[in-house]
This record gives sequence, C-alpha cells and structure tokens, in this order.
Amino acid sequence: MTLNYSETIEKYEPTLGLEVHVELNTKSKMFCGCATEFGASPNTQTCPVCLGLPGSLPAVNEKAIESSILIGLALNCSIAPFSRFARKNYFYPDMPKNFQTSQYDEPICVNGYLDVTIDTDEGPKVYRIEIERVHMEEDTGKSLHVGGATGRIHGAEYSLLDYNRAGIPLVEIVTKMIPGTDKYAPEVAKAYVSELRDILRSLGVSDVKMEQGSLRCDANVSLSPRGSGTLGTRSETKNVNSLRSVERAVRGEMIRQANLLEEGGRVIQETRHFQEETGLTRSGRSKETAEDYRYFPEPDLVPVAPAAEWIETLRASLPEKPSTLRKRIQESWGVPDKEMAAMVNADLLDTVVETVDLGADPTKARSWWLGEISRIANESDVTPQSLITPASVAEVIALIAAGELTDKLARQVVEGVIKGEGSPREVIEKRGLKVVSDDSALMAAIEAAIASQPDTAERIRGGNIPAAGALIGAVMKATGGQADAAKVRELLLKHLGQG
Amino acid sequence: MAAISRDEVAHLARLARIEMTDSELDHLSDEMEVILGAVARVQEVAGAEVPPTSHPLDMKNVYRPDVVVPSLTNAQALSGAPAQEEERFKVPQILGEE
Ligand SMILES: [Zn+2]
Repeated sequence: MTLNYSETIEKYEPTLGLEVHVELNTKSKMFCGCATEFGASPNTQTCPVCLGLPGSLPAVNEKAIESSILIGLALNCSIAPFSRFARKNYFYPDMPKNFQTSQYDEPICVNGYLDVTIDTDEGPKVYRIEIERVHMEEDTGKSLHVGGATGRIHGAEYSLLDYNRAGIPLVEIVTKMIPGTDKYAPEVAKAYVSELRDILRSLGVSDVKMEQGSLRCDANVSLSPRGSGTLGTRSETKNVNSLRSVERAVRGEMIRQANLLEEGGRVIQETRHFQEETGLTRSGRSKETAEDYRYFPEPDLVPVAPAAEWIETLRASLPEKPSTLRKRIQESWGVPDKEMAAMVNADLLDTVVETVDLGADPTKARSWWLGEISRIANESDVTPQSLITPASVAEVIALIAAGELTDKLARQVVEGVIKGEGSPREVIEKRGLKVVSDDSALMAAIEAAIASQPDTAERIRGGNIPAAGALIGAVMKATGGQADAAKVRELLLKHLGQG
Repeated sequence: MAAISRDEVAHLARLARIEMTDSELDHLSDEMEVILGAVARVQEVAGAEVPPTSHPLDMKNVYRPDVVVPSLTNAQALSGAPAQEEERFKVPQILGEE
C-alpha cells in the first residue's frame, strides 16, 4: 500500500532543518580581487588565489564580513567577538585548492531566530525558527559532466570545470531542528526561505535569485512515529532552487520516508537531489562525515574580531523588517489577514506592490494577480510573474477604469498579452476588443431585447427593478460582451421610465 | 599505542583518492607515526600560559577592500592544466560522487 500525504501526517511527525546558502553581491570574491559577475565566459574571473596555485595568499573581503554581520543582526543573532576561518578538506575538482575555506567551530554569528507566519486551519500562526549559526565560506566552481545520457556524473566520461564561481563569498544560514510543524512542515519551510530571502533583499547583501543559484536551500527532513518522542534519521535534499520546490521537496521527502518506514525499511542518512521535473528526490553521494573533512584553522588568515562599535553602527543601519513593511502595506490597503497571507504565500506581494506603484487600485491589482493570472499560471505550471508584467496589468486595470474595457473583455486582453500578442493596446487593436459605448448601437440592442421579452419589460415599467437583469443579460449577449453592463442598465432603466 | 593506525592511513588515502599498495601503507604508517610523535613533543612544550594559535603572528582583522582587480586571462588560467576543453579544465570522471 502507498501512503499519501495526509496518511503520512496521521502516522508520523516531521522534524525539519534548513540550510540556506546565499551568495553575497560583493564586487570581488571572498579572498581575492576577481570579479563576481554572473554569466562571464568560463575561467575569465580567476587568479592564483582562487585557483589554489602554490604560493598564493588569501585576503578577506571586508565588505563580505560586513554583510555577514548584517545578516546575523537581522536574524537576531549574537555576533561572535572572535571567529576564525577553517579549511574543509575534500578531494573533488569543484575546489581547485582541495579544500574550501569555511568556518567550522567558530562561526561569525550564532543563536538567532526568524518568525514566520503560516495560514493554518485555525488562522494565521507564527512559527519561531531558531537559527543555530551564520557562517562565511566560499562558493565552488561549476562542473559540466560530459558523456553519459543525463549530464549527471554517472556514466560521464570526464568533467569540465569553470572556476569563475569558485571563491565568491557565500554565507550559510543553518537552523536548529524545527519540530512541531506537523502537516504544515512544507509550508513552514517555504515561508522560512521566503522570509529569509525578503530579509536578505532588504539588506541589499545579495541578489537572492534562486533560479540563478545565488540563494540555495538544503532541506533536512526526518520522521518519527507520532507520539513516539524519538527522532528519526534525516536525509538532506540538495538542489532546491525555487520557493515552490522547497515546499515540494519537503512534502515529497516526507511521503518517501513514510512509505519506506511503512514497508519496514530504514531511512539512511544521505544526500538526496531534488528533481524539478518530478518533484521527487533521488539518492546522491554518501556524504563524508564532518571528521572526514579534517577541519583545521586556516593558517593563511588571521582571526575576525569585529569591534563592538562597528557592530552597533551596523545594527543602527538595519532597514525596516519585511514583516513590518508588510504590516504597513496591509494597513494602508485595508487587506484582510487571510488575503494578505495568500498574497505572501503566492510570492505575489512584490508584484502587486509594483502594479499599485504604477497607478493600479490595490484591490483590483490583487484580484488580477491572485485570480485570473494565477489560474492561468497554475494550468501551465509556471509563475504568474513569468506570464505578464505589472505594467501590462496596471494598463488593463486603467482601461477598465476608463470604461474602455469591461471585466470580460479585460480577461481576453490579458489572455492575449499572455499569449504574446503584444501590449494590452495592441491586443485590443488586433482582436477588435472595444467596449460598445456608442449609445445608438446599445439602444438598438436594448430595444431588440425589450421586443423579445415584452413581459419582463412590463414588469420593469411597473417598478420591478431586479427584473432588469434578464434584459441586461440579453443585451450583453447580443453585443458579444463588448458592452459596459452598467451603461446598459442605465440606458435600459431610463428607456423604461425608471431612470 | 600507535598515534595512527594502518587503517586510518588507508582511510586517509581513500579520502585523498590515492591508491596505495599494502607495502606503501605499511611504510607510510611508520613514517606518519614518527611525524606525529614529533608534533606530540611540541604539544608537551606548550604550557597553559601559551594560548593555542592558528597564525604565527598575533594579528586580527586584516581585510582588503571590496575592489575588483584584473583576473588572469582564460589562456593564462588554463596554461598549467594537463587537459582542457571548451575553455574549461578537463578532469577525469569522478566516480560515485556528485
Ligand atoms: Zn581570484
């Protein structure tokens, strides 16, 4: 038998652990002056330091230290008065030095937390995610596996390495174990990464583009039989490169483990890889243990001991928290909690804000993005933002407000824009979608409707205003929906002596 | 008791992806034993009044400003590589890992 998600939750309790890697947006690398720009041609942003050539010496990027402290402060961490870099030794060609310069037992920030809000069956609920540590390290190079069918390592004949990314400053943010999320575990994981991303963006320390890999999440998941009080073996899922994938990966991994346990199997501690296409994870390399990395303090770098005044200056410079900003937006727009949560959950808040900034009414902007556009996006399994720009949506909303489009026509315009037929104006032109605002044309349709339903018309004349709906419907049908219903109503009632 | 066992040496060799024969392992275990013995003597000298350090100089907070300096060209970067292809370093297949 196969357990589905709700059966999984009936029998097991999940515990989460999340590790987020964020590439800082410094101009130069962590330990050398090579540029960090994304998309440069291979091996054109390297030097003896980041290639690990003999005799080269690293030097720490001050801006990276500053960004790391800012991240720690924004996550309510203590900033260590003394921390060090360490060598994480492993033999793998993505690091030409044969070790990654990282922090081990002396991270720069420890013991913080981040509150996230989830829309539960009982209403919005706050989960406090405790942060164990924030440490500094460097990114690795990019491998291209050649030969074999899948571009993966298995079956590859050889690998090609580009070290442009090797040495880009990376900050790793590690949570403590997160118990008690129950069936909301996938949502909590997603909300945490989303909130963290918003904070990092507000700090201006990273591009936080998950699709480009500047923000990456590893999700640790374990299950224990409900009420057992034990802790199960965890797996670590890597390659989770979108907010939606964070949710899918956690859910998928919970179901996989539950079914494995159900069949009498055993979860093994391993690294798994998330596959975007299927939403499933597959087994990766068995991880070396921490001991195998033989960490030791980096002898080429001196300790980091930030002055208390520097930390306080940075603390004073922290921007408004995204959660505070959201509260402000919610109040000024008058949005109910549930709808606000829906917008944040759908990752549409920034988009709606942008649409409103372009002049659209907040309620209308919200309803377009969360309604029609999200519906179409769901059908084709893409994000709403990939379909249409805030500018186009704002334009459509403006056209409705100006009486040039009805809601129904507007939906056709949006559909046209999404299909690539051009801007809203161009779609209106090409499809001939104009509101019939010519009174004489409308009057002809109204008279035809009255002629076909004389009894209804009589009732309206007698003061039965609600009966007008039937005639307005007939007019709208006759004009192919290209009439403004309010205008039709006005003309109709006037014509029947009720205006 | 030996400071490092033959098994540990074999494990290290595996982590370092170095294939070693039995006689090499025997030989290396002995040699490493001597090296570790020498290091242990240094440990004895360091009393409680000498704080452990990871750097020979008592320095901290040595930083460089976030300024880009010219990198090597692609040709320079690859000049020491035993093999290359498509402007990248070419390395043998890596088994059992990713
Ligand atoms: Zn470099």
